Amino acid sequence: MDRTKIDLWVGIFVALGAAALLGLAMKVGNLTSSKIGDTYSVSASFENIGGLKPNAPVKSAGVVVGRVAEINFDAKTYEAVVTIKIDKRYQFPKDTFANIYTAGLLGEQYIGLEAGGEEDVLKTGDKISQTQDAIVLEKMISQFLYNKASESGKDKASAPAAGESAKAKSTELGDAPF
Amino acid sequence: MVNIIITMVSRFLRGIGSRMIARVWRLGAGTRLFMLAIIYSGESFRRFHLTLREVYFTGVMSLLIIIVSAFFVGMVLALQGYNTLQKYGSSEAIGVLVALALVRELGPVVTALLFAGRAGTAITAEIGLMKTTEQLSAMEMMAVNPIARVVAPRFWAGVISMPILAALFSMVGVLGGYLVAVPLIGVDDGAFWSQMQANVDVRADIINGVIKSVVFGVACTMIALFEGFDAPPTAEGVSHATTRTVVISSLTVLCLDFVLTSFMLVV
Repeated sequence: MDRTKIDLWVGIFVALGAAALLGLAMKVGNLTSSKIGDTYSVSASFENIGGLKPNAPVKSAGVVVGRVAEINFDAKTYEAVVTIKIDKRYQFPKDTFANIYTAGLLGEQYIGLEAGGEEDVLKTGDKISQTQDAIVLEKMISQFLYNKASESGKDKASAPAAGESAKAKSTELGDAPF
Repeated sequence: MVNIIITMVSRFLRGIGSRMIARVWRLGAGTRLFMLAIIYSGESFRRFHLTLREVYFTGVMSLLIIIVSAFFVGMVLALQGYNTLQKYGSSEAIGVLVALALVRELGPVVTALLFAGRAGTAITAEIGLMKTTEQLSAMEMMAVNPIARVVAPRFWAGVISMPILAALFSMVGVLGGYLVAVPLIGVDDGAFWSQMQANVDVRADIINGVIKSVVFGVACTMIALFEGFDAPPTAEGVSHATTRTVVISSLTVLCLDFVLTSFMLVV
């Protein structure tokens, strides 16, 4: 095989490799979707951020409007201070709510912004004062179990009066477990 | 009786010791060859057609085996992944599973293993035979440095080819997974790609995969070159060296993979 033909094949090989890398970056990876233009950063403090991580999405009405830039711990107030970067195109009022939600039952956590009604908008360095912590599943389960245990303790205490308790139970059934 | 036992034990220990020393000696010689290949690699870039020719033999000729095996690996990943994921009602996550498995691990590792078998053995046999037929000594007689003329172009060809092959492997594997997941099983097309894009990070996953494949390229090519260079100049010697290339390359790639992954996950 003469040299020019080898050159051609090597050229095809390298071009294929470049195309594959580009395809991986564009089609498989998130090179295109993670592009956020100019941003402004706002902070918010939470008592508990659960499993929130840097670079987690910030969504409003389900649309990604920014990313979590950094998470710090404030040793004075014992709160987590989360700095988020929001796309410059989107302006939010000063009394915007910041909640930590979970995507799906066990999915990743993200910050949801709910716009308030004030006319002044958030600017770089501002602080979102109205926040809601992450729901920690273990806490909920332990609370539920605790309630259940106290309930069954009540049942045992009233067990001797069997006839009455059966009647009472049927009315109790409609109540929520906690 | 006691004397016999003492002789046996000491012979056993001496055998282990001499083997260890031989290994360490070979490691040192291999590192020296690696350094020489880098020092004399200027030649292989000035006369780039030498390197290009080796890229053709190591890279282009490996295309077929890489693409076909990537296709089947991707398809089997999608089948197996679907089987488990549908039990948890999240069969849309199949795209993430296939893409992450391929980009992070299987792409670089399986490519390196196939590369060691397909191209590494060829390099070892070629250089071993060059040594046996005294072509390398003849080069030295003509004042041609065999490391600059033979080793360095092959080294750079391997280092260039491996990331390209690994990227192709990952891409073709994802396409194979797509083919099984979407038209065959009936996973939603949009969910397949969008979940994949949401969970595969360019820097943490794709670039790290490329880094891995470059490291594997250096290791596999260097082992093949050294085994060829170090082979005893007999038919048997070359055959043993070829076997050793595959064994050592595979083990090295798997160990390096663990080390690199642990570094990458921490950072």
